[in-house]
Amino acid sequence: MMAKGMTQRIGLDMPVMIAFGCIILLLLAGSLYSREFLSPDYLLQQLQVGAFLGIIASGAMMVILLGHIDLSIPWTVTLGAMMATALGGWIGEPGVWLAIPFGISCGALIGVLNGLGVAYLRLPSMIFTLGMNAVVQGLMVLHTGGFAPQDHATDAMHFLAVKRTIFGIPNALFVWALVGIIVILILRRTAFGRAVYAIGNRESVAYLSGINTNGVLIGCFAFCGACAAFAGVLLAGYSTKAYQAMGDAYLLPAIAAVVLGGTNILGGRGNYLGTIAGVILITLLQSILSVMQMPEAGRQVIYGAVIISMLLLYGRGARTRS
Amino acid sequence: MSDWRYHFSHNLGTLTAVGLFVLMFGIYIGNHEAGLNPAVATTAANKAVLLALVAMAQTLPVLTRGLDLSVGMIFVMANCLASAIVVGTIGQGLAGCIAVLFMGLAAGFINGAIVVYGRLQPIITTLATGAIYYGIALWIRPSPGGDVQYDIADFVTGQLFGTVPTSLVVLLVVVLVIWIPYRSSVLGRGAYAVGSNEQAAYMSGVPVDRAKIAAYALGGLIAALGGLILTFNTYSGEASAAIGGTYTLNSIAAVVIGGTSLFGGWGSAIGSIFGAFVLRTIEDLLFVFDLPPLWQPLFQGVVLLVAISLGAIRVFRIRNRLELFT
Repeated sequence: MMAKGMTQRIGLDMPVMIAFGCIILLLLAGSLYSREFLSPDYLLQQLQVGAFLGIIASGAMMVILLGHIDLSIPWTVTLGAMMATALGGWIGEPGVWLAIPFGISCGALIGVLNGLGVAYLRLPSMIFTLGMNAVVQGLMVLHTGGFAPQDHATDAMHFLAVKRTIFGIPNALFVWALVGIIVILILRRTAFGRAVYAIGNRESVAYLSGINTNGVLIGCFAFCGACAAFAGVLLAGYSTKAYQAMGDAYLLPAIAAVVLGGTNILGGRGNYLGTIAGVILITLLQSILSVMQMPEAGRQVIYGAVIISMLLLYGRGARTRS
Repeated sequence: MSDWRYHFSHNLGTLTAVGLFVLMFGIYIGNHEAGLNPAVATTAANKAVLLALVAMAQTLPVLTRGLDLSVGMIFVMANCLASAIVVGTIGQGLAGCIAVLFMGLAAGFINGAIVVYGRLQPIITTLATGAIYYGIALWIRPSPGGDVQYDIADFVTGQLFGTVPTSLVVLLVVVLVIWIPYRSSVLGRGAYAVGSNEQAAYMSGVPVDRAKIAAYALGGLIAALGGLILTFNTYSGEASAAIGGTYTLNSIAAVVIGGTSLFGGWGSAIGSIFGAFVLRTIEDLLFVFDLPPLWQPLFQGVVLLVAISLGAIRVFRIRNRLELFT
């Protein structure tokens, strides 16, 4: 009884355990191929790369818990990177200090707009965020096209994304940990967090219970936009500059990571521990496939097949007749 | 409500899309220096039919309250396969075409089978199968290239009797041979019923499982036909994730503009065809109005967002706030 209560409290339920089990299996399978896979250096390297995905997935998870989805993530990532790097060119010296907060606020603004569309216009999030993605893309093309804006990352971004200050642990990992703690605190310790689950289960009931459902929707979308933009800022630091379409590779892995971590794509159920597992799983899978020099074609097929088969293990819905 | 008024309100979404398209296409032709001639119409039709077919393919799962995020990838996979096997004599080419369509049907069937028997959510299922189909496309054609049977290609992308674009006729045939019979078949009506209320459909004896699988499988078939026609347009195949992604996303936008509800049970593939035409005409309008190229993506995005936001009109017609939460 005691043990069960404990595992439940930290969110270690069936899907999460299977996900962690798969991570261990992946590592063992990888170590048969090369001993490198179990070395701390390789693992830390993976966690550093995974941190960017982890930050994006944290935001995506908040929106998915509501039963919505944010398809504007790709260009919000790019927006965050481009705005943060360009600020120095616009306002000079203070821009270096304001770069990161400015990038994040731009992402949050896009998120607020998404939230307004979903909450007040009552449009399906899938289609509204899709349109927003196209608008942001247009803005960024306009931003980079006519003149050459500053696109080099500041030292602070480089520091957060690449450097290792304490015990050789990548700083990016601390940043992810910080974002993760914020999400966990919001979801478990605040009324806002309970409202997120309530809306994900049944929005009309949450509304009738006196929850400001529109406010919660806007808040979650704003958080998701901010996370995506923040990851964009870090990615700019990682690759030293911002460039077009840099976020395109992150939408599907982020959603896959959240869902593989046991969060219900229809909302209302899921915990952050699962998302951590999902992110590590996706990152490891991508890394192992590329280390094994699998051609891109095979990588895509295995990637898709693994997601389907894992979900068949624990992500199945209820029967219609029940 | 009298009969015609019922039909009018039932097809309002489709009619709006048709009206929007006629208006925009009229402006386009009015400002085009050559006016409306078979060559201009054929160029416009050949581009528009591709998205129209993918949007039709998307409509079927959406009607069952599902979604197919792999339509774009099936489209790309069919393009790559066609560039490899639709070659040789006309007979061999036609056999190749049938093989391509069959593969699309199989891909759609797999989507449907996983959704129905695996009981996974359509979004995540088709996201994953989309990666698999893209992998297969890359495997068939690692770098852009290939070939296609020129006689068939020139026939499909040309004009019938020197006036009517053949691709439009192909689209019409798809509507008459696939959509209209499907719409009135048990499976088609079942798809609408499932989309409205799956529990009630099950209780009423609707073949829920078969209706869903048929919707995904037919969607795969139609998307593959789109990929085939793309090959006829370009004479080559390219496994591009960008093309697949763009077509998937635009297909959802076209479905919505065409008046089909993303919540299922309401809409028609004909609306989606005109939704796709509207999206394509936006691009052509940018071209004739000579908008600076840098502004085009933003303009396109804003028009898309505004078109989508038209759906918010229902908010003003609602009598009880609880009706908002569907």
